[in-house]
Amino acid sequence: MAYGPKIIDHYENPRNVGAFGTSAEAKTRKDIGVGLVGAPECGDVMQLQIKVGKDGVIEDAKFKTFGCGSAIASSSLATEWLKGKTLDQAEAIKNTQIVEELSLPPVKIHCSVLAEDAIHAALEDYRKKNGIAEPAKTQAAH
Amino acid sequence: MATPPKPTSTIYMDHAATTPCDPRVVEAMLPYFSEKFGNPGSRNHSFGWDAEAGVDKAREQVARLINADEKEIIFTSGATEANNLAIKGAASMYERAPAGSGLVDGSRRGHIITTLIEHKAVLDPCKRLQKEGFDVTFIEPTKDGVYTAEMIEKHIRPDTILVSVMWANNEIGTINDIRAIGALCRSKDIIFHVDGTQWVGKMPTDVEKDNVDLLSFSGHKIYGPKGVGALYVRRKRPRVRLTPLFDGGGQERGFRSGTLNVTGIVGLGKACEICMQEMDKDGARLAGLRKRLEDAVAAKLDHCAVNGHKDKRLPHIANISFGFVEGEGLMMAVKDIACSSGSACTSASLEPSYVLKGLGVGDELAHSSLRLSLGRWTTQEQVDHAAEKIIFAVKRLREMSPLYDMFNEGIDLSKVEWAHH
Repeated sequence: MAYGPKIIDHYENPRNVGAFGTSAEAKTRKDIGVGLVGAPECGDVMQLQIKVGKDGVIEDAKFKTFGCGSAIASSSLATEWLKGKTLDQAEAIKNTQIVEELSLPPVKIHCSVLAEDAIHAALEDYRKKNGIAEPAKTQAAH
Repeated sequence: MATPPKPTSTIYMDHAATTPCDPRVVEAMLPYFSEKFGNPGSRNHSFGWDAEAGVDKAREQVARLINADEKEIIFTSGATEANNLAIKGAASMYERAPAGSGLVDGSRRGHIITTLIEHKAVLDPCKRLQKEGFDVTFIEPTKDGVYTAEMIEKHIRPDTILVSVMWANNEIGTINDIRAIGALCRSKDIIFHVDGTQWVGKMPTDVEKDNVDLLSFSGHKIYGPKGVGALYVRRKRPRVRLTPLFDGGGQERGFRSGTLNVTGIVGLGKACEICMQEMDKDGARLAGLRKRLEDAVAAKLDHCAVNGHKDKRLPHIANISFGFVEGEGLMMAVKDIACSSGSACTSASLEPSYVLKGLGVGDELAHSSLRLSLGRWTTQEQVDHAAEKIIFAVKRLREMSPLYDMFNEGIDLSKVEWAHH
């Protein structure tokens, strides 16, 4: 597939690859929210981790992705966007913004959906660990 | 050996998809574009005779490659058409009332046996016939992708009219025992069609000894041009008849109407002649290079599996699954190597390879597979470069793979509750 320059850039120079410790550590740390979405037999698995400061702002974000170039680029972009955002701002990131930013081809839109799912899953995990009530659901089902 | 085609910076390792035209083939074709451009059907002038002479020679070259008679070669637009003509043509010619079907007169049909991992150009004609009232059995392969006569025999019924099995698989290169399956079909008076697209021209073929009734193959897989192929149709013991797909001028003894693609046919003929002379040498060389590639990868990477049968494999196809790495992502990382993958992301349907799924290797390994197919001008340097690139890319992608982390932390990936989407 012929990809646009932004996908290729994120694929070749992925931002924020990594994890905050082992998966057991990330699971127990209260300042970390973990989102793990997708499935190996579907051909993509994304792991997105956010580190939230005491002020409720996302200090750092890391990802690891098993998937195609678009999946890697979508999760790389998501980590860039998450940094410096409050939980509510992060919640507002939409897959369509990722599609637009990366010029994802139509057959790759599911990669952006997966990235949005990973963001929500990470936020939910953080909120659950810290007993924060969920915001009013505005998220559309897909 | 002729000079190789112009080198490019990208290494071509997708010869199972198509091959470059051999310069000797191009040279043979050239006069038939503008000088000997006649219609071989024109019986009354030298332009027609020249074109016919070119076609006749090609028919001989093609027939010799598979030990057939020239009269048994029907030129087509490629293997897809040859497969369609063989399967639909035989079904419609030999249909009869299935035993105990209770079908009323005027709806006489029959039973066809094929396999789950055929090319779409066989599967889809069979599915079409199924819709039109034929019974079709799609047989599952063994884990290494092979079919035996015993496996076919179990499914034969009194109303079985046709068996269609590929000689060698296009994705994994596994080879079936065509001679034994052919003998079985012969003993039961069942027409036996073989899709030989990946086999013919690469491996010795003898339609007599191998008991084949119908054999499809293509020009562009054997260093000939695209848009031309052939169907071998047995004329003796048994004489196979087919209902044609096209009606028209009655060319190719009525099996295939339409003005002959003379340039293409001349090219196919030349390609067959070259294959006949060089296949042994080519095959041995490619088997050596393929081993070098697979060994290099296996020496540096764990969790890699070669898909398909260990020994019964075409010499030039390597299909390898790289655990914890997705195929399309991997192809992007080795973009100066032209190859293909069984990953869903590389297919229009967004489904992983049905061939690898058919082997029961699991969707996960299908997503992680790369097919590297070598050819006449593949060099050892190219193979070494490809191995090095792939090893580097797999290591890099594993560092980015959450699955690899989980595996290394001792988590059983098959026990994880994945959020399917």
